[in-house]
Amino acid sequence: MQPLQIIPAGKDHARISAIGSRSFLLEAPGDFDLAAQRRIWALSRTLKGWSDLAEIIPGMTNLLAILKETPDDPAEVMDRLSEAWEGARSIDLAGKTIEIPVHYGGDYASDLPALCDLSGLTDHEVVRIHYEATYRVFALGSAPGFGYLHGLDPRIYMPRKTVPSLKMEKGCVTIGGMQTGVAMLTGPNGWNSIGFADLQMFDPQSTTPAMMAPGDIVRFVPARIEL
Amino acid sequence: MIEILETGPFNTVQDLGRPGYRDIGVSASGAMDSLAVRIGNSLVGNDEAAAALEIQTFPFRLQFTERTGFAVTGTDGKPFLDGIELPSWCAFTAEAGQTLELRQPPKLARAYVCVAGGVDVPSVMGSRSTSLRGGFGGYGGRPLEKGDTIAVGAASAHTPLPASGLAVVEPSVALQDVFPASSDGSLLIRALSAGEEGLFAENGKAFWGQTWRISSRSDRTGYRLSGDAIVPAQTVEMRSHGVVPGVIQVPPGGEPIVQMSDANTAGGYPKIAGVIEGDLWRLGQARIGSRVQFVRSSHAEARAVEKALERYITDLRQTIPMVKRALSAMRGA
Repeated sequence: MQPLQIIPAGKDHARISAIGSRSFLLEAPGDFDLAAQRRIWALSRTLKGWSDLAEIIPGMTNLLAILKETPDDPAEVMDRLSEAWEGARSIDLAGKTIEIPVHYGGDYASDLPALCDLSGLTDHEVVRIHYEATYRVFALGSAPGFGYLHGLDPRIYMPRKTVPSLKMEKGCVTIGGMQTGVAMLTGPNGWNSIGFADLQMFDPQSTTPAMMAPGDIVRFVPARIEL
Repeated sequence: MIEILETGPFNTVQDLGRPGYRDIGVSASGAMDSLAVRIGNSLVGNDEAAAALEIQTFPFRLQFTERTGFAVTGTDGKPFLDGIELPSWCAFTAEAGQTLELRQPPKLARAYVCVAGGVDVPSVMGSRSTSLRGGFGGYGGRPLEKGDTIAVGAASAHTPLPASGLAVVEPSVALQDVFPASSDGSLLIRALSAGEEGLFAENGKAFWGQTWRISSRSDRTGYRLSGDAIVPAQTVEMRSHGVVPGVIQVPPGGEPIVQMSDANTAGGYPKIAGVIEGDLWRLGQARIGSRVQFVRSSHAEARAVEKALERYITDLRQTIPMVKRALSAMRGA
């Protein structure tokens, strides 16, 4: 039997592919920017009305739709997702502002020298560029309460590591590609650490376990710079 | 109550998982062999989603402090009650003070101990599953330790278990037509093509064509596969997106990782394939060092497997109480 064809992304068409039998990933075409994310948020709202949907995971200009069961007709699901994307208008989420105090440099900034080498900037410049920007929580994922932040200055872009750090400490402030965030768990991590934030951002006993929500605005405030 | 007398690392409380929180980064967790939990719970008269003990390091021993109905499922080994060998996939009643022992199973990875009334730990975010990564849920958010005493819920008022036990035909036997078997002893697992298979070109064929070995760096989060590395024709920096158990990602080193019950909720490595839902529990029983081969499947096949599994479970859940009532009536006559 032929595998299901992936719908490729066109000029304005999303790319849709399957992950296993009941999950479908929609990836927005075009740039990695707030405009695309606002359409993902709109799509997420549309999909909440679908009765056959178990879970929606908005990602970084993409969305994973998990159905309750393997569909009889996956092509129909893909068409439906595609239509929902075409019809999705931009919405903005009214977010709160979160200030995160950061200890830049020091023992936890294990990847700052490599980032200086890659960018050609000094450590002071890298740190200043990181804390001067305003970030937007695009999505949560990967670890409980971990927020993917958009708004990184391209000058301090740094790809994920080929070999992840085996034991990165919870609280490390990291850069992964054009994304930044704060590590929520101690463990393997492929992102690059430039500092440390000591802030409780997830509580499973709370009615709202995650401090961050999509749409929130995040500012990193230098509490200490140790270079 | 049950008291843990002997245990190894990473034995935990698990139920059918904690779905619904992936969008805030919380893994669903849940039993690696969810079918074994559903069957075990059905045997002891529980809701199928009640919590059980997932045992993956042996030997394991516990003591019942009161009269308790129990069933050991999932495993191809046999449990021992006060040293007497019993069949697995079978519900019995243990008396207060009796000891249940599980030894290393011959081939499979995990055994489940289901008790009438269910393992009664607090429900966190809608589930009693242990989130080892998050350190919450289950028994104090951690693996079981010697000396732990765990509460058992009140058993539902149902017909008592027959003294001779009550068994079911285990799924690998009852559903053998549904699951493929290989001639060389490797596990055949069906999967669908995923988004970035095209990146791997000829190497993609090497993924489907070879037998992979489950590496020692495998756990409930994911299985790392050893074999001839598969490398994409080009590297891409992907934007992070949601992932689910069963997704097979290929990190730059070229050795695939299959996400399992404690799957990350998001990832960015290229995906070559995704295991079909109905075969995940079989992969959950594959042991470190064992061999697995992936077979290209379709949504239609995945759907058929899912339906066969549901028919099997529905049938069990209807038949078990009927058999209990019939046996009870015979005793009464």
